[in-house]
Amino acid sequence: MADRLRALAHLRICDFTGQLAGAGATRWLAAFGAQVIRIEDPTNQGRWDILRGGEPYKDDRRGIEFGGGFQNHNVEKLGITLNLRTERGKDLLRELVRVSDVVTENYAAGVLDRWGFGFEQLKALRDDIIYVSNCGFGQRGPYREFRTWGPIVQACCGLTFASGLPDMESAGWGFSYMDHHGGNFMAVAILAALVHRQRTGEGQWVDMSCTEAGASMLGPVVLDYTVNGRPLRRAGMPSSNRSQFPRMAPHGIYPCAGDDEWLAIAVRDERDWSAVRDTMQLPDRDRFGDEDVLDAEIASWTCSRDKFVVADVLQSRRVPAAAVLKPHERIDDDENTAAWGLWPTVSHREMGEVRVDGVPVHFSETDWRIENGAPCLGQHNDAVFGGLLGLSSDEIDTLRAEGVI
Amino acid sequence: MVEPPGGHHTRGYEPFADDEPGLERSLWWWHYNTSKKGVVLALDDPRFAALVDTADLVLEAHYLDDAPHRARRPELIWVSVTPFGRAEGGLRQATDLTVLAGGPVWSCGYDDHSIPPVRGGGNQGYHTASLFAVASALTAYLARTVHGVGQLVDVNMHACANVTTEAASYDWLVAQRTVQRMTGRHAGVNLSTASIAPAADGRMVHTGVPPRSAREFASLLRWLGELGLRDAYPESFFLDMGVERGGVQMTELRIDAEAMAIFNAGREAMRFLAERLPAYEFFVGAQRCGLAAGIVYSPEEVITDPHFVARGFPVEIYHDEIGRSAVHLGLPFVCQAAPGAITRAPHLGEHDAEILGPLH
Repeated sequence: MADRLRALAHLRICDFTGQLAGAGATRWLAAFGAQVIRIEDPTNQGRWDILRGGEPYKDDRRGIEFGGGFQNHNVEKLGITLNLRTERGKDLLRELVRVSDVVTENYAAGVLDRWGFGFEQLKALRDDIIYVSNCGFGQRGPYREFRTWGPIVQACCGLTFASGLPDMESAGWGFSYMDHHGGNFMAVAILAALVHRQRTGEGQWVDMSCTEAGASMLGPVVLDYTVNGRPLRRAGMPSSNRSQFPRMAPHGIYPCAGDDEWLAIAVRDERDWSAVRDTMQLPDRDRFGDEDVLDAEIASWTCSRDKFVVADVLQSRRVPAAAVLKPHERIDDDENTAAWGLWPTVSHREMGEVRVDGVPVHFSETDWRIENGAPCLGQHNDAVFGGLLGLSSDEIDTLRAEGVI
Repeated sequence: MVEPPGGHHTRGYEPFADDEPGLERSLWWWHYNTSKKGVVLALDDPRFAALVDTADLVLEAHYLDDAPHRARRPELIWVSVTPFGRAEGGLRQATDLTVLAGGPVWSCGYDDHSIPPVRGGGNQGYHTASLFAVASALTAYLARTVHGVGQLVDVNMHACANVTTEAASYDWLVAQRTVQRMTGRHAGVNLSTASIAPAADGRMVHTGVPPRSAREFASLLRWLGELGLRDAYPESFFLDMGVERGGVQMTELRIDAEAMAIFNAGREAMRFLAERLPAYEFFVGAQRCGLAAGIVYSPEEVITDPHFVARGFPVEIYHDEIGRSAVHLGLPFVCQAAPGAITRAPHLGEHDAEILGPLH
């Protein structure tokens, strides 16, 4: 019985988010049962979210209903269309806000305000409303108007610079890491505000800065500068395959047999080091002082060996080692992710059955559920405008005819 | 924060304040434990169970047995963070590096694949699991307020890393395509053009997503004009065309040579400008024109940037351990519930009397 409970089924989210930095936040809420109503602009077919019609495509079918990223990030949500250039559209949004717990968006700063739905207007509609905005530099400060995407956030917060090998340009991140964690920080902001409201009855506006969220994940490096005067921008740094904090050596990613095959090894202490030295028959060296030499010796040992075999050998001696997994290896061939149910299959109205990211946690009593694909454009107009707001089918038809939805 | 006698092991992590090791001098400890209270308590001390009985939530990473505690208090929320989930039971050893190897590392590194792929800096495998743990704790807390149930939450770090790879996962899930890593930009199925470039002062900038809308092409032309560079840029003609045809759509690029020429001219114009301006001037200039571009800051440069200072993001905290203040990173939220005032991490056993004193 208990596993049928939904953790957040008592909540309704009026959701303007898009891309991953915003959609990722409300994806979490929807997976735990919140009713997330995603609002899209019918006049441009929701194309503000550039992922809506973007690659990858299942069976190479293209169009606004076939974006693979959009589908992944918007599972379990409802989708409606609403033309906020019309007064009737604004009226309907007001009605929706009155019956919602949270309004979410990740537009550039001030967009909702210009539409007449800034926090004060939202609060006038519902006194305990929670409004969470997530924009690149936040809604206050000299850069409030600046526009960002994940890679720009990562560049401006220090994450790009911190990722790379010595004497080379920044490797940065090979994806929008801060879209993922922009969404995760935003989910935390929403949930924390809900807890605050539950305790005090107060709603509030949470102004989240995605760039600050990224910077906050580099704390020890920043303190090393503010306390010790040691910047990361110095000779020989960054060296992010090594481990300065906590200090470990050898610590790196080494070549293995095959095309673009790699193995990660982290030697934490003398016990690990003894096991690695014994396994690879390495000479006894100063593992911190001779790290360059040791890396070369380890690489010459691993380069002719299978990455999974070496990882197993080292793990059998309780040394942290792991193959660098290619997507198919961790999605199709990994026993742990399979047993976790990490890649659920959802049903999408146009795409059919598609596998998506699951949730990397399990709750014993109110676990997540992902079964339904992302909404097609306006897929839930009847359910929301009719079922929730009480409009008749004739009224909804009129809204369609007048371009309001 | 419940520490064992002698202190939590992360008190021994570098860097140390003034490079002097000491239980109260780890900057790692200082950062990750701000605003907490701290007690020293062995897990087999009877007061541990008594402390749990006063808690809403237990957060642990040691495969501790939740059952006796949850049996006593069914409303207790127990969040367990482990490398591969509790079912695997610690069979495999793991660190930040090996956890990330199982997920995002494949996508990160350089165009040259004879160079190893790269772990993103800052122990982000730990951060990733932490974020999911915090969201879980809050979600479970809200569930308890409605359903009255406590529960066990199992956070799997390997799974966390696996769902933090963006297109690497869904390109495979949707289309069975494998992305390839590229220097400083998104891994992809097809090779893309570099987006990080040197500015005139040698610093690096991110030239952003190239202009696509008519407004963006017009802004770019205006900026070139303001700098007296419009005639010097050989592809200005295509930027004019971008305005005249109302911008270009990404979907047009593969099928329309003119659209591709306009798109390429916009991208190259950003590089042209970057080469002629100091990095900060390029970043701010582009953004003032409505063009999304960035500067590659090192982490310590963020805290002196005027925007972050104006928002109060860098926070000064007095540290009696060293007799002076240190600037910390604050919270990324401005709101009533998180007023931004963080306090220093606890000393070893600092709150023993306050927290443990009333326990029996």
